[in-house]
Amino acid sequence: MATQHSRAAARLMISPAVILLLLWMIVPLAMTVYFSFLNYNLLMPGAHNFIGFENYKYFVTNPAFITALINTLVLVGGVLLITTVGGTLLALLLDQPVWGQGIVRILVIAPFFVMPTVSALVWKNMFMNPVNGLFGWIATSFGFAPFDFLSQAPLFSIILIVSWQWLPFATLILLTALQSLDSEQVEAAEMDGAGPFARFFHITVPHLSRAATVVILIQTIFLLSVFAEILVTTNGGPGNASTNLTYLVYAQSLLQFDVGGGSAGGIIAVILANIVAIFLMRMIGKNLDA
Amino acid sequence: MARKVTTKRRITVTVIAWIIALLIFFPILWTFLTSFKTEGEAVATPPHFFFFHWTLENYLEVSERSDYVLYFFNSVVISVGSTIIGLIIAIPAAWAMAFVPGKRTKDVLMWMLSTKMLPPVGVLIPIYLIFKNTGLMDTRTGLVIVMTLINLPIIVWMLYTYFKEIPGEILEACRMDGATLKEEVLYILTPMAVPGIASTLLLNVILAWNEAFWTLNLTAANAAPLTAFIASYSSPEGLFYAKLSAASMMAIAPILILGWFSQKQLVRGLTFGAVK
Repeated sequence: MATQHSRAAARLMISPAVILLLLWMIVPLAMTVYFSFLNYNLLMPGAHNFIGFENYKYFVTNPAFITALINTLVLVGGVLLITTVGGTLLALLLDQPVWGQGIVRILVIAPFFVMPTVSALVWKNMFMNPVNGLFGWIATSFGFAPFDFLSQAPLFSIILIVSWQWLPFATLILLTALQSLDSEQVEAAEMDGAGPFARFFHITVPHLSRAATVVILIQTIFLLSVFAEILVTTNGGPGNASTNLTYLVYAQSLLQFDVGGGSAGGIIAVILANIVAIFLMRMIGKNLDA
Repeated sequence: MARKVTTKRRITVTVIAWIIALLIFFPILWTFLTSFKTEGEAVATPPHFFFFHWTLENYLEVSERSDYVLYFFNSVVISVGSTIIGLIIAIPAAWAMAFVPGKRTKDVLMWMLSTKMLPPVGVLIPIYLIFKNTGLMDTRTGLVIVMTLINLPIIVWMLYTYFKEIPGEILEACRMDGATLKEEVLYILTPMAVPGIASTLLLNVILAWNEAFWTLNLTAANAAPLTAFIASYSSPEGLFYAKLSAASMMAIAPILILGWFSQKQLVRGLTFGAVK
């Protein structure tokens, strides 16, 4: 039984972590909120006067904002679609008895450990480059004109690169979930005469749905903040064609030095992420009770 | 009862699985091969797959010319340093929450998790300005601080899920047998906790090594780790594929090796214990 004494000790042990995270979360966030109401540009030193919601108005009515918002949703949605569908299929495949299963798993997981700047540059130059890239060579050897991925379909190309990085994550988690599927249940269904499709849709899919939800929510958190891949491949361009919200806020604040406008954008990004976070927290919280 | 699988089916599945696995792995393999080519061969059409003149020239050139050692050192300091400091802060916290859970333990855990959901751009400007005004900009110390804080929730959570699995009855049994607190911690708890701590350490080093938002925005010449070093290849001049490949391999090889050891922990760590 926990005593009064051990409770106090426990509180003492928890407090450093809590205080640090509290500082990390509240101080900068409060500063961002504060800046977002100021007319504050690093290039114009001096008065930072209070301008109310002007920055928000400016940021939201900027045509780049709508583009960035749509790009963010397309990027997140596209990567989620590719990784969850692909990950489910791959997990089902890898759940079968395969010779050299250990090595196959290692090969499939590997892209997850590649740092974002490396994978983006390798794909950009060695695969998607129309002159020297492998895709260009494949296209020309079949008699097609090489396709300039990053200037003709920048967002799609970035979706491909990011999907390659996250497919292993989805696969690994769905595979872990599959392996915890009760084989007796499957056998019982088989004896009752359920065919492979019935077994898949009535046993496997419901079993996987929890893991799939976790995959979708966690990936969404990370995908809303895709940054390095855009920075080293397209710089958000051409125009704003591959600018997402994270990149737009970065450009507004650190390239145009507009602290006020950038802060307003940052707060909008926080609000968007929170909507997703609420669902994720509920899922994980439920698991904590179990 | 294991289900019987015909050999024919097993062969088919094996072939398909290997083809897909190799396709997914191919960009890494291709980078590996290109890193041993000359620049001319790296862009040859048709591409040379295995039969080319293997050379170590690119590795030598990259490590000599671009202060590779400094970047590597920065990556190690930032990822290992932030992980160790994170563990020092998190171990007592996770310990207390797992063994002396209070009414609000769950709330504290959930709140810690919520800090991880904060998108980095939401705090980019204040952190940038604070770093600029306190001289933390482009220092390893500054990055270790940021990296510790952004990964602290994951460290606490992972440790918590591991500690939770240590049965409390064992501790009670020890106490009944008259073990002192010191003996309890030293001989019972520590050996049981070490595997969990080790996997947490491993996963966190990987995450910190590959982090590429703060490292790109808060470093320049002095504290830049490998993520930023590779980013400098985004505006190259002349032929550079072989050198890019060599630099990339040198940046990802340590983590690929560590990562393969930590596959299992990856699932638990990144889903906050929701999938095991």
